[in-house]
Amino acid sequence: MALLEVNNLGISFGGLRAVDDFSISIEKGQLYGLIGPNGAGKTTVFNLLTGVYKPNVGIIKLDGQDITGKKTIDVNRAGIARTFQNIRLFGKLSVIDNVKVGLHNQMGYSVFASILRLPSFRKVEAQLQERALEILKVFDLDKEAEVLASNLPYGKQRKLEICRALATNPKLLLLDEPAAGMNPMETLELMETIRFVRDHFDMTILLIEHDMKLVSGICEELTVLNFGRILCQGKTSDVLNNPEVIKAYLGE
Amino acid sequence: MKANSIKDKFTNLKANKPLRQDLITYAIVIFAYLLIRILDMAGMVNSQLNGLLVPICVYAILAVSLNLTVGILGELSLGHAGFMCVGAFTSAFFSKCMVEAIPLAIVRFPVAILIGAVCAGLFGVLIGIPVLRLKGDYLAIVTLAFGEIIKNIINTINIGRDSNGLHFSMKSAMDLGMEKDGVFLIKGAMGITGTPGDSNFTIGVILLLITLFVVLNMVRSRDGRAIMAIRDNVIAAESVGINITKYKLLTFAISAALAGMAGALYAHNLGSLTATPKTFGYNMSIMILVYVVLGGIGNIRGSMIAAIILYVLPEMLRGLQTYRMLIYAVVLIVMMIYNWAPKSIAWRETHSAKDLLAKVKGVVASKSKKGGN
Ligand SMILES: Nc1ncnc2c1ncn2[C@@H]1O[C@H](COP(=O)(O)OP(=O)(O)OP(=O)(O)O)[C@@H](O)[C@H]1O
Ligand SMILES: [Mg+2]
Repeated sequence: MALLEVNNLGISFGGLRAVDDFSISIEKGQLYGLIGPNGAGKTTVFNLLTGVYKPNVGIIKLDGQDITGKKTIDVNRAGIARTFQNIRLFGKLSVIDNVKVGLHNQMGYSVFASILRLPSFRKVEAQLQERALEILKVFDLDKEAEVLASNLPYGKQRKLEICRALATNPKLLLLDEPAAGMNPMETLELMETIRFVRDHFDMTILLIEHDMKLVSGICEELTVLNFGRILCQGKTSDVLNNPEVIKAYLGE
Repeated sequence: MKANSIKDKFTNLKANKPLRQDLITYAIVIFAYLLIRILDMAGMVNSQLNGLLVPICVYAILAVSLNLTVGILGELSLGHAGFMCVGAFTSAFFSKCMVEAIPLAIVRFPVAILIGAVCAGLFGVLIGIPVLRLKGDYLAIVTLAFGEIIKNIINTINIGRDSNGLHFSMKSAMDLGMEKDGVFLIKGAMGITGTPGDSNFTIGVILLLITLFVVLNMVRSRDGRAIMAIRDNVIAAESVGINITKYKLLTFAISAALAGMAGALYAHNLGSLTATPKTFGYNMSIMILVYVVLGGIGNIRGSMIAAIILYVLPEMLRGLQTYRMLIYAVVLIVMMIYNWAPKSIAWRETHSAKDLLAKVKGVVASKSKKGGN
């Protein structure tokens, strides 16, 4: 059984059919790419999967569980975490606190424990600190743990978003243009990191990306969106050689 | 191995830094309290200052608790005086009813404070519900209206007690229809008179410390991080599974409950309690907001200090008559610039006490080195 199973998903904004008849099936452990020209509806698909938008039609199943129309926080608890195309960090919190917010539902204590500083508070806070540093280390951000998130350089902010998403212990990780704004060196490094995350955390990853080098370098399968509809779906090498895809990308 | 342990110590130190800051805050309060006490014993506290001591605590608690909503949650509330009003009247009503049943103030007053805090906290939840849907200006208007409504409703309430029990009327005191032996507990716009004067400076300082303790501990916890995450980015907070509803209501409830506590302290410091625009109107709410803004939004210690300075200053300047408000205005502007001007922030960052200390140490070290050579 596939980890993510989406059937005939669709949503309209006013007269605009932003996503139409979208179906996808992603196996556990896969690195899957979602590509397409600007405005094709890729981010909208992410928003549908994570409950930011409710679909007009269609079914979303994660690990066999129907999560269609669920609220964002419930989708996260069911096991989907994401990053954002326009970075959305908790800017006035430190880097490590951003990750600790991600760990919120993983380890906890009551409000009373925090106000009265009960032993459970100390114990769990120590665990949180350790776990958060562990995640930051994967992305080489542990030295900047106490820096304000908004003071990080752009590339590191993108990485921190991935850390925060991973902290929620998801089954499926959605990355919205993780390499946007990175230089070729950083992009190469990011490719390595994404592969590492997949192997190290045993993660399934669906990513949106415009950088073809990254997509062809790490994605095993692709779905191409154009004007909200699926243009082509399949093995990366097949999809990238498809004349229709080349046409959509290069124009008429 | 060695490098590792040093690094661990380093991260530990950083993790403990907020804790040290909090201890400094508590120390400031305790030190100020002891100072006043010593001056008092030396006969150096005049009656004017003496009269200000409890109100200082009231306004410091109000500012600190409002900062939880405004600075930590990031929602503009203009109804804080309304929560204080609820706490003041419910606690005073309780004390007035129970003054004979529980003659011991040391038992009665804590219960009264608790009742004030719980009632105000319930109103906090009530007001928190529209907050879930409103933002910015709209929320400010709703909270402002809430404060005014509370004040006006309390002005119309009449409650009396006679041999037949309690009587209640929203029309006038005459409508209560009490027997001859009846006494008024709340008499419309005249409010509550004869509340036992249980408040004193020591209790005020204890309540201020409790407020600081609750707010600071909450901010530096999992819950505080969740609340600040909501402030910084709601969509991202939802995406990592933070329950926005729960934390907004929790913040409003705690902030309101602490304001209710301040209200109880205020009510038991006065012989008669009336809900006038001056004491519980939107002017007061805005005044508290001014303390929070000038003390630094999100800066808990700053709120407390700003509240103390800005409350005491105009009172102290009463002798100067016409220049009083002028000086007050200048102080407001100076504090504003100190706290918020980008250049001032940059200056403070480069000239912090810690750096100064480091510089001094550096100079000393280099000198001793030269001496050694
Ligand atoms: N909330 C919304 N209301 C109205 N229209 C929307 C909304 N969200 C997205 N759209 C529209 O849906 C279409 C798809 O947008 P989307 O952001 O999904 O594109 P995208 O494929 O992510 O593009 P890009 O590569 O530029 O990020 C666009 O025409 C966009 O204007
Ligand atoms: Mg997009």
